[in-house]
This record gives sequence, C-alpha cells and structure tokens, in this order.
Amino acid sequence: MNKWIHIFTKESVLIPVISTLLGLLIGAFIMLLGAYNPIQAYLSLIEKAFGDFYSIGETIRQITPLIFTGLSVAFAFRTGLFNIGAEGQFIMGSLAATIVGIQLDLPWYLHMPLAVVAGGMAGGLWGVIAGYLKAKRGVHEVITTIMLNWISLYLSNYFVKAYLSEPGQQRSEFLKESSWLSLQGLSQLFDNARIHFGILIAILCAVIFYIVLWKTKQGYELRAVGFNPHAAEYAGMNVGVNVMKAMFVSGVFAGLGGAAEILGVFHYLTINAAFPGYGFQGIAVALIGGNTALGTVLGAVLFGVLTFGATGMKFGAGVPVEIISIVIALVIFFVAAKGIVKYVIQLFKKEKKNML
Amino acid sequence: MEWLQVTSDLIHNTIVFATALIFAALGGLYSERSGVVNIALEGLMTIGAFTAAVVTFYADLMLGGSAWSPWIGFIIAMIVGIIFALPHAVASVSFHANQVVSGVALNFLAIGLGVYLTKIFFDGSAQTKTLETTLSKWNIPFLSDIPFIGKAFFYAYPTSFLAFLLVAISYYVLFKTPFGLRLRSVGEHPQAADTVGINVYRMRYLAVMISGALAAMGGATITLTTTSNFSHNTISGQGFIALAALIFGKWHPVGAMFAALFFGIASAMKSVFQVFCVTDYIPVDFIFIFPYVLTILVLAGIVGRANAPAAIGRPYIKGNR
Amino acid sequence: MEKDNTVVEMKGITKRFPGIVANDSVDLIVKKGEIHALLGENGAGKSTLMNILFGLYQPDEGEIWIKGKKEVITDPNYANRLGIGMVHQHFMLIDNFTVVENIILGAEPQKTLKIDYDRSVKKVLDLSKRYGLHVDPHVKIEDVSVGMQQRVEILKTLYRGADILIFDEPTAVLTPQEIEELMVIMKNLVQEGKTIILITHKLKEIMEACDTVTIIRRGKVIDRLAVNETNPEELAEKMVGRNVSFSVQKDKAKPLDTILSVQNIHASDNRGVKALNGLSFEVKAGEILGIAGVDGNGQSELIEVLSGLRKIESGKISLHNKPVHNLNPRLISESGVGHIPEDRQKRGLILDFTLRENLVLKSYYQPEFNHHGFLQYKEINQHAIALIKEYDVRTPDEFTIARALSGGNQQKAVIAREISNNPDLLIAAQPTRGLDVGAIEFIHQRLIEQRDKGKAVLLISLELDELMNLSDRIAVIYEGKIVGMVDPEVITDRELGLMMSGGKVEREEVE
Repeated sequence: MNKWIHIFTKESVLIPVISTLLGLLIGAFIMLLGAYNPIQAYLSLIEKAFGDFYSIGETIRQITPLIFTGLSVAFAFRTGLFNIGAEGQFIMGSLAATIVGIQLDLPWYLHMPLAVVAGGMAGGLWGVIAGYLKAKRGVHEVITTIMLNWISLYLSNYFVKAYLSEPGQQRSEFLKESSWLSLQGLSQLFDNARIHFGILIAILCAVIFYIVLWKTKQGYELRAVGFNPHAAEYAGMNVGVNVMKAMFVSGVFAGLGGAAEILGVFHYLTINAAFPGYGFQGIAVALIGGNTALGTVLGAVLFGVLTFGATGMKFGAGVPVEIISIVIALVIFFVAAKGIVKYVIQLFKKEKKNML
Repeated sequence: MEWLQVTSDLIHNTIVFATALIFAALGGLYSERSGVVNIALEGLMTIGAFTAAVVTFYADLMLGGSAWSPWIGFIIAMIVGIIFALPHAVASVSFHANQVVSGVALNFLAIGLGVYLTKIFFDGSAQTKTLETTLSKWNIPFLSDIPFIGKAFFYAYPTSFLAFLLVAISYYVLFKTPFGLRLRSVGEHPQAADTVGINVYRMRYLAVMISGALAAMGGATITLTTTSNFSHNTISGQGFIALAALIFGKWHPVGAMFAALFFGIASAMKSVFQVFCVTDYIPVDFIFIFPYVLTILVLAGIVGRANAPAAIGRPYIKGNR
Repeated sequence: MEKDNTVVEMKGITKRFPGIVANDSVDLIVKKGEIHALLGENGAGKSTLMNILFGLYQPDEGEIWIKGKKEVITDPNYANRLGIGMVHQHFMLIDNFTVVENIILGAEPQKTLKIDYDRSVKKVLDLSKRYGLHVDPHVKIEDVSVGMQQRVEILKTLYRGADILIFDEPTAVLTPQEIEELMVIMKNLVQEGKTIILITHKLKEIMEACDTVTIIRRGKVIDRLAVNETNPEELAEKMVGRNVSFSVQKDKAKPLDTILSVQNIHASDNRGVKALNGLSFEVKAGEILGIAGVDGNGQSELIEVLSGLRKIESGKISLHNKPVHNLNPRLISESGVGHIPEDRQKRGLILDFTLRENLVLKSYYQPEFNHHGFLQYKEINQHAIALIKEYDVRTPDEFTIARALSGGNQQKAVIAREISNNPDLLIAAQPTRGLDVGAIEFIHQRLIEQRDKGKAVLLISLELDELMNLSDRIAVIYEGKIVGMVDPEVITDRELGLMMSGGKVEREEVE
C-alpha cells in the first residue's frame, strides 16, 4: 500500500498527471468562454472513445502510431538527442511501405513483413542522415530534423504524384492486399474498426526499447553517450557511431509507425499539404511518459483517447475538435515547464497545511 | 519583351514572399541572439495571420470599408503576438523549460486556437470570411517610374518597405546600441552579463516579446497581402523557412534578409517555371524542398559555416552552483 | 576610531544550500587600504561569502555594513554602486566580444542612442595607463592571453569605479612571474586607495602580500590574524583543523625500464593551431615524472594525445617499445594505460550514471561483465562494492548517482576505476584540483603506491607544490615543447617559474 502511495507521489508520475489535469482544466475554461458545456464535452469524449467495441477498436487504432513515434522520440532523448524528425521518419516509413505494397507482388507471408521492414528501414535511414550530420559535422539535430521533415513531406508527395498515383485522385493507388497488416478477425472482433496488427508490433517495440536500453551493453553505451559524450569518448566508445545508431533506432520506430498506418489503416498514401502530426505528438507522448517504455505507452493511450474522442465532443457538445489540439499543447507546455507544475503542487500543499 | 515582364513579376513575387520571412526571421533573431531558441515562429506567424484576418474583418465591418482597417488588424496582430510569445518566455526563461519543447507546444497551441476561434467567430466555418479591404500597394514617386525595374521594386506593399526598414533598424539596435550589446551578451555568456548587473531574465523576456511581435507581423502580412483570409494552412512552413533563413543568414539581420530574399526567389521561380514549362523537368516539390536542403548544407559547413550564439538553448539559472 | 576605517563588515552571515550550510554565522571585518586574505580549503565557503558580498547570492541570515551603512545587496549592480567589484576565478568575459566591449558592458558611454566607442576606448586606455594594466582594447577576448584576460577583469571593476576589489583565487592560472606581477598590481591598487579582499588557499601569497587574514573552515570563521604576527604553519593548521605536513613522505625512486617513450610529436588544438611542437620525453617504471607548465602550453593536448583522444601529425609514441600513437582510446587503455582525466566531471564520470555503472566505464564490455551483449549486473555490483570499500568512497550505496557525491569522493571513484585496471602507466592530470586536504593526501599516497609497485606515473599539474613534492623528475613544458628536465630536489620555485615562461636557467638538467 505504502509502495503505491510512494509511486503516485513520485515527481515523475505526479508531474505528467497534474499537467494533464491542468491541460483539461484550462481546456474546460476555454470551452466555457465559448459558451460550451465542458462537462458534457468531456463526457462525450469518453463516450466516443470507449462507448462500444467499434470505438475501442478505433481508439486503439489511434493509439498505435503514437506509441511508435513516442518510442522514437524517447529513445533519442535517452541518448541525448532531440529527434523532432519522427514526423519525417514516419512519412518516409509510409512511403517505403507504400512503394513495396504497390510495386511488388508476393505471397502475404513475404509481402507484409517486407513492407513493414521496408518502412522501418526507410525511417531508420532517414534518421541516420541527422545522426550523421551530428556525428561528423557537429550540426544540431533539432534543426536538421526540422528541415528533413519538410523535405520528406515534399519528397513523399513527389513520389506519389510521379510514380504511385491513382489517376484523378490526390492519393496513391491501393496497396496489394497481400501487404496489408489488417487482420480480418481482429477487425470483426471490434465491429469492423480499423484496429490492426500494428498494435502488437508497437508493444513489441516498447519491450525491445526497455531491454536494449537497460539490459544490454549497447544500451549502456547509448545512455553513456547521451549523458556525457566526452566521458563516453574517454571510455573508448565511438561517440559518432553511437549517435548514428541511436538515430537509426529512433528512426526505425517512427518508420514502423508510418508503415503500420499505411498497411493497417489506409492502404494508400495521400498527397499531403501538411504533416499528419504523429511525430510532433510523439514528442508530447515521450515527455509525458518520462522517456520510459511503459510511460510512453501510457502517454500514447492518453493522447490517442483525447484525439479520437475529440470528434465526439463535436457531436455531443458542439465544441470544435481543435479544442483537443489546444489541450494537448497545454499538456506539453506544462510537462516542459515542470517548474510551473511544481509551483502548483506547492500551492496545494500549502493550502492543505493551512486547512490543518 | 515577355522575359522583362516575367522578370518584373519574379522580383515582385519574391519581395512579397520574402516580406513575411524577413519579419519572422528578424523575430527569431532577437530571441536567439538572447539565447532563447525559438522554433515557435511558425505558431507566432499563425496567430498573427489569424488575428489580422479577424480584426481586419470586424474593423472593416465597423468602419465601413476604410483603408485603415488592415492597419488596425496589423497592429493588433503585433500586440497579440507579444502576448502569445509570453508563455514561451515564462516557460523557457523563468521555469528553465526545454526551449524546443516549449516552442513545439506553442506551435500546436497556435494552430489549435486559431482554427478553434475561427469556428467560433464564423459560425463553424474553418476559415475566416474573405477580407473586403486588404493592404494596397504603395507607389514610390519617381522611382517607380524607372522603366521595368521601377515597378518591380518601388510599387509594393507598405509592409515590404517596413520589413526592409526593420532590417536596418535591427542592425543598428543589435550592433550599435547598449541594448544590443547587452542582448547579445546575454546570449553568449549570461553569467558574465549578470555579474555586470544586466538583468538576464528581463533581457530574455524582452527579446522573446519582440520576437513575438515581429513574427506575428510576418503572419499578418500573409493574410493582408496574399491570402485575404485565414485557415488551417495559411501558414504552412513559412515559420520554419524563416528559421532556416535566420540560420542561413548566420544570425545576422542583413544575412537573414538576403537568405529570406533568396528563399523568396526560390518560391517565386515556381510560377516562372510554370510559364516556361520548366516544371515538366523540375517538379514543384523540389522547388519547395530547396530552402531546407540549402539550410542543411550550410549547417554542415558545405556552404559556409554558421556559429550560433554560445548560450543558445541553455536556461540561465541564477546563483546556480 | 578603529570603526571609521572599516569599509566592509559582514555580521553573522549564514547561507544554506540544499544539503549543506555553506556559511555558518560568519563575521568579516575589512579595513580601508588593506589587502585582506580570506583563507580556506576548497569548499570551505569563501566563494559563497564573497558572492553574497557581491550580490550574487542573498544570505539567509546576517547583516552587511559597507562604509558604515547597513546595506542589503540585492544584485551585482547594487554592489557596483557601493564600489564593490569582483575579479572572478572563472573569468566573466565574452569570448567573441572585444576587450573594450567587455569592459564597458552594462555601463556603456552613449552618444545619443549609440554606444560611444571612441570615448570608451579612451576611458579604458586611461585606466590602463594609470594602474599599469596593459591591454589591447580592440582585440577579441578569444585571441588574448590568460594574463591579459585577467587584466581585463580587473579593468572591468576599476571602470565601474570600484574601491573594494574582491580577487577570487586569481593566481590559479598564472605563472610564478605573472603572480609576482599581480602582487605588484595589487600593491599599486592599495596605494591608490583601493581595498582588496583576496580569496586564496595559498599560504605563500598571504605571507607575501597581505595585511590581515581571516580563516574559514567548513563555513565557519576560525580566526582573524595580522599577517606579520603569524606564520605559514599556524595558518595551515587553522585552515585544515589539524597538524598537516605539506611535504609527502616517500623513498628515493628506483627507476627501471622505460615504459612510455614520446618522440618528437606534433599535434594541433581544436582550432587547428599547433599545440605540440616536437615534444619528447620518457617515463620509466618506478618513477613519477611531473610535467610543469603554465596552463595552455599544450598540457591538455598532450594528455589527449597520450590517451588516444587526439591525433598526432608526426612523431612517435611507444609503450613497452610498441607504437601506440593514433590508436583509439580503448586500444590504448587495453595496452596498459590508466588515465585520471583533468576534468573529472567532463570526462572522468558520467554524473547521471550510478556509481556501479561508472566503475565499469572502461571494462563494461569485457567478458567479466558482458555475456553476448547483455550486461551482468550481479558481477558489476560485486565489483563496485569491492572498489567502494578499498578506496573508501563515501556513498550511501553503489546505486547512488555520481552527481550526488562530493568532489573528493567522485575523484576517488575515478582513481579506483583507473588503478583497478592495473595499468603499467598511470596518467594523472590535475588529480587533486578542487579537493580538500584529506582527499589530496589520500590521492598522493595512491600515486606513490603505484610508483613503488614499479608502475610508471605521469603527473601533469598546475600546482607547483604538488609537482615538487611528488615528482622524481620534472619536465617543463613551454609552447608545446619540453624545454627542460629538472630535479625537484635541486631546482627552486623561481627557477622553475622562469623556465615555465620560456626563460633559460643555467643550472644543469637531469637526464
């Protein structure tokens, strides 16, 4: 019992929880200003996310890519890198999976895994570009990954238009069914929701994330480089190679996410004017999860529920869905500025003392 | 004489596109020179574009189509930009937050808030009503009469003239005045600045607020000269291109201006290419990619070297042992 | 009457930081026109006290009286207005600003809106002439010598009209000759009516230049003495709290075969400037070779070259007659080199790793701790527990992160790790920097123990006393070259200092 109290009062748990509550609270306040009923809105959010099997299936569908991008960002963070590029790696993963899915003709037991692997590799290699520039040229990865995001967006659009397009449509043609990650049985279990096999890959990735970082020699090196590259170099580790490895793994996670989204949900790739946004949300997911495997999965669940449930708020309480972007932004903001949250916690503690 | 017309159009389009970038890049300049990373330029531009669209619309409604209404929108956008930048300052200066994360949050918030409020103000529509009155171009007497280039350079939106004026002012402020020396000192070695009595926090707050004002003005110019309304994709990447221009321009106002113009040309070339059917050979997407690739090359030292302010991104904690 | 010429009076100052009381009810009285020494070990609380006086920290308790008035010094600006200036140990200068920009920063002469650079330069040159502090106003700080940087720091305070100057360990980075110059400058300043507070742990400087000394130990004032009524032994005892002998007990060295041989090496620093310029020396088994030199004469680059962190452009380094230059750090470490790095927090430790993780930093990949890519935490634990015990590292347990340990215990952990690999050559760079006397003694004993076991020890230090006490031979490094090899038993401080600044000494060298 005491152990549980201890866990819940730990800063790493308390801060994300309170940040989320603050975000929801301010979101409610904004809704009040727009003369909406926040309680009704949040209730319809929950209703939308968990109301029936179909909804639960779709919520899980929404959670899946966030686990991937969250792990991507968290893994990079653990090695001292700030991967803002999960967005671009995600897109490259989608693109590669689409190319494999359309261009190749194989039996499903080869085609599907190959498409998944292609997506992961594409994301990984896209990540390595930033890793290489950091390792060999000393360029900060934040700037390069931001730039690479935009490059990947236009590159993907170009490929779809030039080689993969469905005539007259703003998207590629359909992928061959043999490459799909969708699972008929699983879908039917959830009333034909678009839940797919990707969720299992995502959870497997989370497990791998944990084992690699904490149990292996490689993980020891990556963490050492992340905390203190000078000491790592002194200890005989190759800092540059480790940075590239870290960016590769980070990119693989995001790329797998992109592949899973195409292979499992849409089965085609659209021409995008803007980012899908999973990469940026991945930053939030990783932060709120304290860059741990379990935390990231939980963070993805939170944001997945919020984003999928948001459409419910529109129907249930008439609130524009963008309110959820606002809430998510606020949560990121509070997790980043821990000081503000600590300040709020202090206030509560003082209140309590005064009451006693 | 078709090519002359094309060139004139090219210059004109370049300047229109570059104007917004110059405002935002100058905004980034103040913030980053003071040591605060600002990847929230995109969000600040979004808020500026949104505010200008909404305020100008209502001002126009009240004033009955006055030429002043876009200016009211422009000024209010600037003020809202300052307010919107404040959370970034609070988080990254007072609460030592990760400045990149805080910027990401602000970008999210801007687009969310912009579209959310648009829906509230305009009956659930995801874009603001098209403005009746926008900024009109200014003719600089005599100079604009110079054949061909006169129209290209001296018949332009007032905001463009303002942007170039601000480049000169920023250069003067940053490199000639005590304020500039102090601002830069805070971005290089905050502790040293502190020991000679410069209030590091106040300088950084000021810099971030100036940053908000300028970036929001940049966003406002887009609604008031180009799109005439605001929707979710009015600002799509300009903030990041401005950031690229700032880096490409090596954190110097004049450098950033040239970089912005350069990226402006790249973008304006698109229409020229279309006229001459070059897009059959070079896809438009590659033209979009161009500024980003160039920035990476610059940073990689393949095209010149850029040195960021020494203390950039590092929170200053007073009395830290 | 005596009250009248008191310029600084601090009464009952207490300052707490999380976990420690840095100042515990400290009293300090400084008279006008004196050089007042603040003596104490590293971590005794001297700097904290002066940071309070300078307005960088606020005291938790106590009062400050300046020139007879009670003041609350809220920030450095206010301290400046009261005439208090500080010459910081780590110079507070902006690298890519010019000398004059650094001096005027925060108090710039103006011509309408603009900075009046002409007037600024004139002011700086006037001050420079008046106090004999030569500087070149137009060059950037990154391009000037350490000595000039210090003069810029002093000018900064004078420019602001300071008449109470705090010098925080000003001699740490200077040569003996530069130190002498500084002493002259300080005496000049006092003659011009300034008052100086000198923070130091060097007894010699106090005996030479100061009038009064206040001794601080563990945050408390131990005593206040007139310098002409005391002696170094008394000061040392009061500083440390027990009888200490600063000379180390050791037998004569019995050097054997050559372990390390460095021949005519050349290498560049990070900026691409030549740092090692045809440098040669040898270290034998069973001896401690000291490397003496002014900071920035190639010591850091030499250490990096020897440990594989930097490449040489020409020349030869061999260990047991096998070439080892330009090998990577791991190969060098495996061929029998231990390395206590000069900056333990930057290189020696990963502060956010646990102690057990830090103790295997160089051996985590060995079969002992790593099976098929998986770390063996059981063995890693046992290893840590054994070393913690043997080297008396004071820590709650092996799971504590290194950041939570004191400087002395962090250094003990580094030394434990490096010696436990049983190296033939131990490179010890600034091994006692910033440590208290207890830890210093412990580390010195360990180095001598290595020597007596027949290992080669290379000691690179900026502390002359340490070099003189420990080394069997001293090589003097100057501008990337060994300019002399001397016997510490014979050479004097002054002669060594002269060699360190490029001068020639007639006395014959040892081979």
